[in-house]
Amino acid sequence: MAGMLELTVAEAAAEIAATELSAAEYFAAWREAAAADELNAYLWTAPEPERHEDLEGPLGGVPIAVKDIFVTEGVPTTAGSRILEGYLPPYTASAVKRMREAGGRVLGKTNMDEFAMGSSNENSAYGPVLNPWDRGRVPGGSSGGSAAAVAGGLAPAALGTDTGGSIRQPASLCGIVGLKPTYGAVSRYGMIAFASSLDQCGSLTRDVTDAALLLAALQGKDLCDSTSVGIEAGIGAPSREDLSGLRFGVPQLTEEGVEAGVREVFEATLRRIEQLGGEIAEVELPSSELGISAYYVLAPAEASSNLARYDGVRYGIRRGGDADLLEMYETTRAEGFGAEVKRRIMLGTYALSSGYYEAYYGQAQKVRTRIAEDFEKAFAAVDFVVTPTSPSVAFELGAKTADPLAMYMNDFFTVPMSLAGIPAISIPAGLAAPDGGGGELPVGFQIAAPAFGEQKLLEAAHALEGALGFAAAAGDAAPWRGGARG
Amino acid sequence: MAELEAVIGLEIHVQLATRTKMFCGCELSFGDAPNVHTCPICLAHPGVLPVPNEEAIRYALKIGLALDCEIAPRSIFHRKNYFYPDNPKAYQISQYDIPICGPGKLGDIRITRAHLEEDAAKTIHAGASGRIHGSTASLVDFNRGGTPLVEIVTEPDLRGAAEAAEWARLLRETVRQLDVSNVNMEEGSLRVDANVSVRPLGSEELGTKTELKNMNSFRFLQRGIEAELERQRGIVEAGGTVEQETLHFDPASGELTSLRSKEEAHDYRYFPEPDLVAIVPTEAMIAAARESLPELPAARIVRYESELGLDAAQARLLAADREQAAYFEQVVAAAAGAEPRVIANWVTGDLTAALRAAEKEEDYSAPTVSAAAMAELIGLAQAKTISHGSGRKVLTVLVAEGGDPKAIVEREGLAQMGGDDGELAGIVAAAIEADPAAAEQIRSGNGKAVGAIVGTVMRETKGRADGGEVNRLIREQLGL
Repeated sequence: MAGMLELTVAEAAAEIAATELSAAEYFAAWREAAAADELNAYLWTAPEPERHEDLEGPLGGVPIAVKDIFVTEGVPTTAGSRILEGYLPPYTASAVKRMREAGGRVLGKTNMDEFAMGSSNENSAYGPVLNPWDRGRVPGGSSGGSAAAVAGGLAPAALGTDTGGSIRQPASLCGIVGLKPTYGAVSRYGMIAFASSLDQCGSLTRDVTDAALLLAALQGKDLCDSTSVGIEAGIGAPSREDLSGLRFGVPQLTEEGVEAGVREVFEATLRRIEQLGGEIAEVELPSSELGISAYYVLAPAEASSNLARYDGVRYGIRRGGDADLLEMYETTRAEGFGAEVKRRIMLGTYALSSGYYEAYYGQAQKVRTRIAEDFEKAFAAVDFVVTPTSPSVAFELGAKTADPLAMYMNDFFTVPMSLAGIPAISIPAGLAAPDGGGGELPVGFQIAAPAFGEQKLLEAAHALEGALGFAAAAGDAAPWRGGARG
Repeated sequence: MAELEAVIGLEIHVQLATRTKMFCGCELSFGDAPNVHTCPICLAHPGVLPVPNEEAIRYALKIGLALDCEIAPRSIFHRKNYFYPDNPKAYQISQYDIPICGPGKLGDIRITRAHLEEDAAKTIHAGASGRIHGSTASLVDFNRGGTPLVEIVTEPDLRGAAEAAEWARLLRETVRQLDVSNVNMEEGSLRVDANVSVRPLGSEELGTKTELKNMNSFRFLQRGIEAELERQRGIVEAGGTVEQETLHFDPASGELTSLRSKEEAHDYRYFPEPDLVAIVPTEAMIAAARESLPELPAARIVRYESELGLDAAQARLLAADREQAAYFEQVVAAAAGAEPRVIANWVTGDLTAALRAAEKEEDYSAPTVSAAAMAELIGLAQAKTISHGSGRKVLTVLVAEGGDPKAIVEREGLAQMGGDDGELAGIVAAAIEADPAAAEQIRSGNGKAVGAIVGTVMRETKGRADGGEVNRLIREQLGL
């Protein structure tokens, strides 16, 4: 049993295709693992696969955990919010459909920060997710349930969404691979909107090959999403093992707040790139320093509008209504939304208000344009931009809940790519002890590429992953091998 | 105090008669059972995205070109945010600073813009008032929600209630003839709001305006504006100032009630809709829309007046009905020699009356009276072969059973009585003799008394006599 759960998605699909592995037994084994979830990673697990046949396709027969932000027909979908408690969607998200069309199956719906707002998964209305490396720590967020499920041996791979780092940061904190594709590569239809101009579907996987496999299945233009374009050339399995001829740009960003251990792993990874033939160069991304500020105007502004539909009229919970309509709206939203969601709705409503629009939303858009221009300039000189994924390793539960700004700074390195709409991947690069001391925890390394440069990005990540040998180095400490600390 | 001038601008919502809604595949409907034309998109379920209706964009281009608007090479959608149960997303997708159609003109009135947006659902408030206040329950029918709309906004160029209603009629006919909307005010496929203000005559500044919402007929539009102008004039003449507010006109009572004041105005928090890309019409799309435009009422009015010599009222009447206008032009072509102005009177007056008397809903594409028969009939009247009155009788027969006008004239013995054979002179003499009192009055200068004698002659001749000739004979025989 344990053997089949250690297979990657690519390996399992190949074995199923070769009839060396029974899809039914494989699903049952994962189903059992998922049902025994002690990390609060799942909000719902599938009682059985949607079907036993249809093993065609690159994901043939492989169960995949799906972040609860994707609507799934007839399957509870909450986006981590109380306001959608009991909601059974009447349709299925395009990304989930594509995953199924490639032969995948929904294994379960994973826990997340409410409406994807958070970097620790402590904003879920259904309780925090625990980091499988250390259950006293957060898994990151907002795709924390997806990351914990993959890292904790509860799923072979998972779908997530990334608005400002929500795939990459939890992947980093959980020691797995997280890929955020170019904005427009994967359809957003059926992905519950947080910030529409930033939200993008991606994957959380054990390795880069699986990330490529999932992206190949998910990407493509979708007539239901006017902003989707797909990746014209498609995506193939990455095979590159060296980095010769490739230039990696390191931006000179403020290093305040970056943990010593994270910095060490980052520096060591740069040396490893050079050993593989890659070249390290400095690049300037001056406007990226303003990324968090711009992001926390734009994302809440869009969220304040996107979340206004949760009013108790048509679905989800309804509270109050004895007095009048307004009282029903207010009571439903007061009881249905959590504190962080309310904070961002208020921030966003303010930023869009008449008289403040130019000063906030207008300015933030200008910053966004500059950040994108900075990247364009940088990519004229280098193939990739690299940074630590997160300034810190996984932190303790409750450590930052009282300080929203400290929490927001988690996304310092990931937000600029989101604002620029470009693809970025986080791969586990090593282990480091947190600044405050304690056991070693995973450190992620972020690589960003020009828009629609996913294939090249995956090739580089594949070569570096092979050289870093993180999974082998982590050895039995890896939670999917049963090494989790209680 | 200087005379106060009315300054009026209109905002017109036109529901487009596309097959499906603006941003989803639900069919448009009117009068179906509630909530049968809905889907996750128009009910604003979590995760849905809008996809623009290409047909609606084509229709908007047609409207824009018909109103002589500049077409934006690139226009974008915005979100207009407000909470109300008829607005399930809590924002309406509309256009804001870059509409698809920019400045234009219809007649003498400047168009500010025309933009695409989606309609709200319909709320029904149960209870005596029919309004949300005091209702026992409110129900929402989402069938209408998401219907494509074009909102047309004019400059404040209208100077009176009647002028505003008249122009709104021209706009309706223009849009109707584009085949893009049913433009039915009662059903709500055409909705007109008016921005009304007054200012001292000669002033260039605009006074404070009020907005009159949703008047569902041209008559109510005119009466609503009249009532509001009267109210504003009263305030200004008493030394007061008009407050900016949104008003509802109740045609039954003639009352204006305030819906909301300036302080209660919404902050819609407009921002660019991130779920949609820009509308960039191709040259081919614009050319196709231009080619599909028929000759529109405004152009037709000008042509009828300048080329055919019709008076303004005739020209407007004909231009308002594309089929009737086409029929009129066929009759003009067939009736060589007859003046178009006379033909217009026959077509819009006598023929319409005959059809109405026969209770016929005329379809001018397959006319009851062929253009050739109509031309022949008008020719007979012009040549004074028959009187105008006899012509009407022939029309009644033509409407009832068809046939050849000349044959009908012969069969019914309707040929006009000339003066030569003395028959008409005899009848006139008899009529004078029968009514000496009238004859005396005429002699003593009371011209009106002629009518009594003419009436008797017409009765006797069954209308076959020419009125002018009868008049001449009466005067001749009375020695005047």
